[in-house]
Amino acid sequence: MSSILNILLAGVFHAATLFLVTAGLQLIFGVQRILNLACGSIYALGAYVGITLTTWALANGLPPYLFPLVLLVAGLVSGLIGIPLERLIRSVYRRPEAFQLLLTFSLILIFQDVIWFFWGAEPQQLSNLTMTYGTISVMGVTMPTYNIMLIAVAVLFAIGLNYYLNATRSGKILRATAENHETGAAMAIDVKRVYVWVFTLGTTLGTLGGALVIPTTAATLQMGVELVVEAFAVIVLGGLGSMKGAIVGALIVGVIRAIALFVYPEVEVLAIYAIVLAVLIWKPSGLYGKVEA
Amino acid sequence: MNTSITTIDNSVKSPVQSRKGIGGKIVLISFIVAFALAPQVIGHYYITLLIPFFAYAITLLGFNLLFGYGGLLSFGHALFVAVGAYAAATLALNTGMVSFELMLCAAVGAALIIATPIAILASRYTGIFFGMLTLAFGMLFYTFLNKFYDITGGDGGLMLPRPTLLGVNFESANNFEFLAGPFYYYCLVLVLLLGWIMWRVVHSPYGLHLMASRDNAVKATYLGVKVREVRAIAFIVSALYGAIGGVILGVNTGLADPELAYWVNSGYLVFMTVLGGYHEFIGPVIGALVFILLQDELSTVTQHWRFFLGVVLAVLVIALPGGISGGFRSAIHRVRTKGAR
Repeated sequence: MSSILNILLAGVFHAATLFLVTAGLQLIFGVQRILNLACGSIYALGAYVGITLTTWALANGLPPYLFPLVLLVAGLVSGLIGIPLERLIRSVYRRPEAFQLLLTFSLILIFQDVIWFFWGAEPQQLSNLTMTYGTISVMGVTMPTYNIMLIAVAVLFAIGLNYYLNATRSGKILRATAENHETGAAMAIDVKRVYVWVFTLGTTLGTLGGALVIPTTAATLQMGVELVVEAFAVIVLGGLGSMKGAIVGALIVGVIRAIALFVYPEVEVLAIYAIVLAVLIWKPSGLYGKVEA
Repeated sequence: MNTSITTIDNSVKSPVQSRKGIGGKIVLISFIVAFALAPQVIGHYYITLLIPFFAYAITLLGFNLLFGYGGLLSFGHALFVAVGAYAAATLALNTGMVSFELMLCAAVGAALIIATPIAILASRYTGIFFGMLTLAFGMLFYTFLNKFYDITGGDGGLMLPRPTLLGVNFESANNFEFLAGPFYYYCLVLVLLLGWIMWRVVHSPYGLHLMASRDNAVKATYLGVKVREVRAIAFIVSALYGAIGGVILGVNTGLADPELAYWVNSGYLVFMTVLGGYHEFIGPVIGALVFILLQDELSTVTQHWRFFLGVVLAVLVIALPGGISGGFRSAIHRVRTKGAR
């Protein structure tokens, strides 16, 4: 029993990070119809900025228990990279999908070397910070409290995003633009500004995911490219552009990965992609996606 | 070619304008002569770059049937490059047969077996879904190569021994002499042969069907084009070309490497194609050559060559979507129209 709970918790924890990144991906795709292959690089950027900022803050006398706040700040600040990136990507809005994909692919190459240039090729990590909050025991399963906190943060973000998209004026404008940007423009929506805002919001969710996960893992140059693989599985499972899809997809991928790691680690990604393929064949638009030609 | 097809050819907005006159032939022949003389003229080092070029030229000629002519962007095409290399290595390791021709047959056979079900499935989709599906298959195969150590050698890959060419064993030659000598010419001939076949394919009625499906699938269906079938065939043919390219890459390094199947390498294939220009038949070949030379130059200058490649790609996508050959063509066009005035 406790081992099942253990696997479930590990899966949900992984799903929490995945959700943050893919929520950003879905937001951008939902409104702008651009699939950002560089989402993993943005996640990696958040992680590295998180490490640097936290190390600096701790060296300058920040009490260790405040480190999650620093990580939040790191995520928010590095998310601002979305503004210049949107400026760049703007040039391909009206172009075929192949070019949009290629432009974001070029960002992967650029980001990977920029991170290498500033932070070096060695893996980096924040030592022992997760233990600041000790561990928590639920029904015989012990887990760092920080992991539970991260799950809670992801849930809060899911609720917050849901509220934002459905109940606020800005969120409604955003959904209207997603539905039809021309009609939106006719109704005096400043589509250009909406795009900048959406892209930056999406990027910030990605950098936040990277910054918040970093106390529990090491930052490597490969982390971005590796994350893309799982993020893709999530959005294909959930359906492109669907927020609900991001939640359910992240949970499925997170839990399957945890089960595979426990039962037979060799098949980790294989198991995820076998299910992705099954879903693609059975329902190509994903669980919650809209049908497209 | 009968007249009715010629009229179709002119009405379809074809990426290849078949007005390659005598000038084109002269250019083609002089390039062939240049490549044939290259081992005598240029340094050893550059010869070792030209063999991967041949491999990518073949791979991309196939890839562009799908992408340029079919309008389908596969983001998992590196899969078939790896299939080729692994099929050749598996054949050599399990049976001891090192004939290059048999390796090619094994690669083509393996690619056919793997590509057919994927093609049947993927041909139902276009655009972003097609891209994602192919990416998913690529990832699946990559993890298979990495994790199933007993069959694939895991992350170390499989050794690929030096093959015999047309039954001739070049035992006395050292590795470099073999690659820069007989193997170089063998690959050159292969490029020309497969290039000629592809030229015939894209200019056949089938090629017109494929382009019609790309430009307007609904209209093409009404005109009797079996859109799905045509696309599936393009996928399979491009997979076979990829596998042949993969065998050459494997022989060149002596290794079937799982990294060949990594999704980033699929991205590089698209990169090369767009760099050269996917609107032109010869574009991807130019792209492969320029990409290889560029990557090589950049990596001797700086360890951050990926950054500069990324910048080149970004500039290309934004400013020169027709690639090198597209830019060249519009430059010629500009000169000609000026002359006419």
